[in-house]
Amino acid sequence: MKKSLVQLNDISFKYDLDGDYALRNVSFDIYEGEWLAIVGHNGSGKSTMAKLLNGLNFPQEGSITVGELKLSEETVWDIRERIGMVFQNPDNQFVGTTVQDDVAFGLENHGIPREEMVERVYKALESVKMDQFLDQEPHHLSGGQKQRVAIAGVLALRPDIIVLDEATSMLDPRGREEVLETVRVLKKNHEMTVISITHDLEEAAKADRIIVMNKGQVYKQGTPEEIFQLDEELVALGLDIPFPVKMSKMLKSLDLPVSKYHLSEEELVAELWTSHSKM
Amino acid sequence: MDISLKNVEYRYQVDTPFERLAIKDVSIDIPAGTFLAIIGHTGSGKSTVLQHLNALLKPTGGEVVLGDKVITADKKQKNLKEVRQRVGIVFQFPEHQLFEETVEKDICFGPMNFGVSEKEAKIRAREAIAHVGLSEEILEKSPFDLSGGQMRRVAIAGVLAMNPDVIVLDEPTAGLDPRGRKEIMDMFSDLHKQRKLSTILVTHSMEDASRYADKIVIMHSGQVYRTGTPLEIFSNPEELIKMGLDVPEVVKFQQKLERAFQRKFSKTCLTIEEITEEISSFLKRGDVQ
Repeated sequence: MKKSLVQLNDISFKYDLDGDYALRNVSFDIYEGEWLAIVGHNGSGKSTMAKLLNGLNFPQEGSITVGELKLSEETVWDIRERIGMVFQNPDNQFVGTTVQDDVAFGLENHGIPREEMVERVYKALESVKMDQFLDQEPHHLSGGQKQRVAIAGVLALRPDIIVLDEATSMLDPRGREEVLETVRVLKKNHEMTVISITHDLEEAAKADRIIVMNKGQVYKQGTPEEIFQLDEELVALGLDIPFPVKMSKMLKSLDLPVSKYHLSEEELVAELWTSHSKM
Repeated sequence: MDISLKNVEYRYQVDTPFERLAIKDVSIDIPAGTFLAIIGHTGSGKSTVLQHLNALLKPTGGEVVLGDKVITADKKQKNLKEVRQRVGIVFQFPEHQLFEETVEKDICFGPMNFGVSEKEAKIRAREAIAHVGLSEEILEKSPFDLSGGQMRRVAIAGVLAMNPDVIVLDEPTAGLDPRGRKEIMDMFSDLHKQRKLSTILVTHSMEDASRYADKIVIMHSGQVYRTGTPLEIFSNPEELIKMGLDVPEVVKFQQKLERAFQRKFSKTCLTIEEITEEISSFLKRGDVQ
């Protein structure tokens, strides 16, 4: 049985006490070592949830537990050591004048001794393949490189969980793939838990589990396979369906030999090929 | 308004140690009514080209023809105001540029800056807000009380209210959810037809380029790498992939099928309907050529 690492218990949150709920009665668990994708339309509450997980805001109702710690003003600093965040805009999260200074910033804040700090900074940059850029100024980097440095800044603190809040949405296709590949390798080598808040359904299709948010509530959770069976329901929620699922559906509707809605193009090609070679 | 770039070169910070060649030998023809997509990596020179389209930058070589104005390195240009009214640019994340107290004032700011009367500007604001699919009640609201998607539409309405002939869009769907993306692109496609605009779309999205554009320009290392219709451009996907660019999902899928079946399809498919038809006729015939 997977171990539950974070529990959200009946969370409700409003930015403005007279306004509408940004999140309402949200409950779910995050399991150790999983890649969890959180999807939903703009304004569905995804990013609000990320801010609550990290104690940037506190829910008015309900509670969040990380490990054994209940999130509160008193525990927020301990919890931030366990949950690292990478945000959307690569240009808004640089504080250092060089790549290594930037990664060191978080460690300095935590009072880590210099020798250990130097080693951690180097290791973190090595694991995102940015160790050749130690003394570069951030504005000379590409968007993908900047996001990798931001990830290194998070890694240097050795969190258990990394939250990507639309961290690839401002990057070009190459930058996006760079960042996702980096995170995949980290997850494997460091047994990290990854929470990815995203509009990119092709990326969500590769997650272990998906939570669909709608109007501040959890609409559905399940494996990508389960979620993408929802089909037109997802479109009605303002989302989309990954291409292989769309393609499977079109072919199936013409009575072509497609047994199910495939999540990867390779699977679909393989099925078409197999059925063709039998004919 | 016809636009044409002839052998345009642009260097940043000329005659300083920081001088840098951003684009060179760029020639692009954009006759009135064209829907053009410009694609390329970050740093390929797309944004530099974009800023020549309404004379925000003056070329350091070659010439830029904007309607009846010819802009060259050695000629001092006056009266660029008219050009800037006729070519509206929607920059990335345009909602960051909203600043007025009400949506109406924000939309009126542009046209009034170009000498339109307040009365006329308000009429235009009403038209523009309808064009971007919002209701008139929103005109009285503060732009900062709106959702991200609404703010973006208001910012776009501000550009439309200047009644441009040409509209330039820099990554107009960045950060939007899939429905928002489709709605905004369909809106531009409708505006393009109804207002008979020229539309120039700078994008990373090959899906949008292939679906909406009549013509695609690929920029690479500051130069035009290729120009053609979507069909011409995507008929050679290997080349694009080698450059680290994406190709539309349908094209990628066709490649995988062709590899598995060791057979070329009769044409390059750009839509899911086209490829479904190809697969269907192929499977039903059941022959391998």
